[in-house]
Amino acid sequence: MHKGTIAKKLFYAFVTIMIVLVFNYILFRVLPGDPLAMMMRNPKATPEMIEGIKHFYGLDQPWHIQFFTYFKNMFAGDFGTSFVFKAPVIQVVAGRILPTVLLVGLAEIIAILVGIVIGVLAAWKRGTRLDVGTLGFSLITYSVPTFWLGMIMIVIFCVGLHLFPTSGMFTPGKSFISTGAMLHDLVKHMVLPVLTMSLVLIGEYALTMRNTLIDVLSEDYITTARAKGFRERYVLTKHALPNAMLPMITIIAINFGFIVAGAIQVETIFSWPGLGRLMYEALSARDYPLLQGIFLLVTVCVIVANVLADITYAYIDPRVKN
Amino acid sequence: MMRWNMKIKKLKEFLKIALNNKMALVGMVTLLFFILLAIFGPIFFPFSTMEFGEVEDILLPPSAEHLLGTDDMGRDILANLISGARISLLIGGVATAISMGIGTLIGIMSGYFGKGIDNLLMRFTDFFLVIPWLPLMMVLAAILGTSLWNIIFVIGITGWAGTARVVRSQTLSIKERQFVERTVSIGASNTHIMVHHILPNVFPLIFANTVLVAAVAIVSETTLSFLGLGDPATASWGMMLHYAFESGATSARAYWYYLPPGICVVMVVLSFTLLGYAFDEILNPKLRGR
Repeated sequence: MHKGTIAKKLFYAFVTIMIVLVFNYILFRVLPGDPLAMMMRNPKATPEMIEGIKHFYGLDQPWHIQFFTYFKNMFAGDFGTSFVFKAPVIQVVAGRILPTVLLVGLAEIIAILVGIVIGVLAAWKRGTRLDVGTLGFSLITYSVPTFWLGMIMIVIFCVGLHLFPTSGMFTPGKSFISTGAMLHDLVKHMVLPVLTMSLVLIGEYALTMRNTLIDVLSEDYITTARAKGFRERYVLTKHALPNAMLPMITIIAINFGFIVAGAIQVETIFSWPGLGRLMYEALSARDYPLLQGIFLLVTVCVIVANVLADITYAYIDPRVKN
Repeated sequence: MMRWNMKIKKLKEFLKIALNNKMALVGMVTLLFFILLAIFGPIFFPFSTMEFGEVEDILLPPSAEHLLGTDDMGRDILANLISGARISLLIGGVATAISMGIGTLIGIMSGYFGKGIDNLLMRFTDFFLVIPWLPLMMVLAAILGTSLWNIIFVIGITGWAGTARVVRSQTLSIKERQFVERTVSIGASNTHIMVHHILPNVFPLIFANTVLVAAVAIVSETTLSFLGLGDPATASWGMMLHYAFESGATSARAYWYYLPPGICVVMVVLSFTLLGYAFDEILNPKLRGR
């Protein structure tokens, strides 16, 4: 890709992040129902206490200085102190990143692989029962709320079959004799959240793969390849698939927001100790600094991931280079 | 007026094709069923839905008296389900209207004026397109407070970006057509052209886009309510699932509690999705026969 285009994309991403920061600032300070207003509604609060709180949050400063301080803090990674955990937000958040990455990463990999396989089969056996089934499956999983699917999973596999634990990452209070035993426990806890998360994603990947592959298979160069006498399997894997993979990258990138939504619901249902669950906890306790911190972190991650996907796409597809 | 009449005629043709499409038909019938249920249901089931029942009424399985059993507060689930249809469709409908309004306005202005305005509006749209929608809604709802109209507002204001993009690209192509050029040459104002010439021509596209936005709006309402951001004074399907989860209906095996609201949500969203898929096929002849 042209260097200028990359620079432009990076610049736009930077602008978007700046808008998110400003938006975040306005949201938590100007709109009604901000945490300070709630604190000040407390009838026991004396004027001195209110002044003290105002001074503590820097609210007695002129707005442009407040604004500047806010930006400075954000870039220094200072997101304030969590009301509930009584610890710096950044510290609370940091402890929850790994479980989410583990859950989302595994679910995403499974969903992409299975989605591609199903999509290719559906396109290849177009019009058969398999194809119709794929379409039906995709439309249904698209329509099922993620959290409800999680509830159904719990009912079937935990309450009904007693196969897996319903919540958490490890059995609470259990001490493990070996790393193997610990991993075994972790896997048992992971199966259902990962399965739920992948099920929601597979449908869309399969459908996208199927539609683009059908498009590609109708191209002239495929007919040419067939006319040359290549075997069907060879045409499919060497000529059609590499081209059909391109839109998958776009879909995966567009899906990041959707994945975040899925993670919040799945982690809430299965009490998975990740960022999504933390966001739910922050929300329930109206822990505004924590909520704000997670919101910023997640949003910036999604924006960065989108830019990376954009650049990867241009790097792989020579047509975009020019 | 002429132009609109023509469009309505086209819309009728469109509906005719839609009725011949199996997917669209299933979607429309299901949707119609839920709309009728929402309008007339409460007449046939005059249970007071928010009133708590007696202690002996708690979590009763389905019976002749309570066709779908009762919830953890002794309320009749069927009655709640019907009033939930009202709330869920109301939220879905109004939020969709807000999203479509903003999306159409920004899309047409962006495409029609082009240049700086286009650039500015599209950056703004990209912002809404790229930031993860659920955290945004959660933050907005948490700050605004949980009332029915706040939920509608939050869903409406976050769901328009896709529509704006689609409308913009269509406007770009319509703008270049001759009749627009002619209208400009006889001195029509920008507003006149946008309202009377561009809007009727992007209308079919907006119509097809609406069902997809509506599907997202309904899912959003359910998810927000489930996460505890719903209006506690209303019995939407999402609120029912919220209470079902919080009261441990899953481990109590109270299937009559956690299944019906979920099935209703899936059916409504699925019917919108089917309609969207069918409309896409009808509007893009390239996809036909896939």
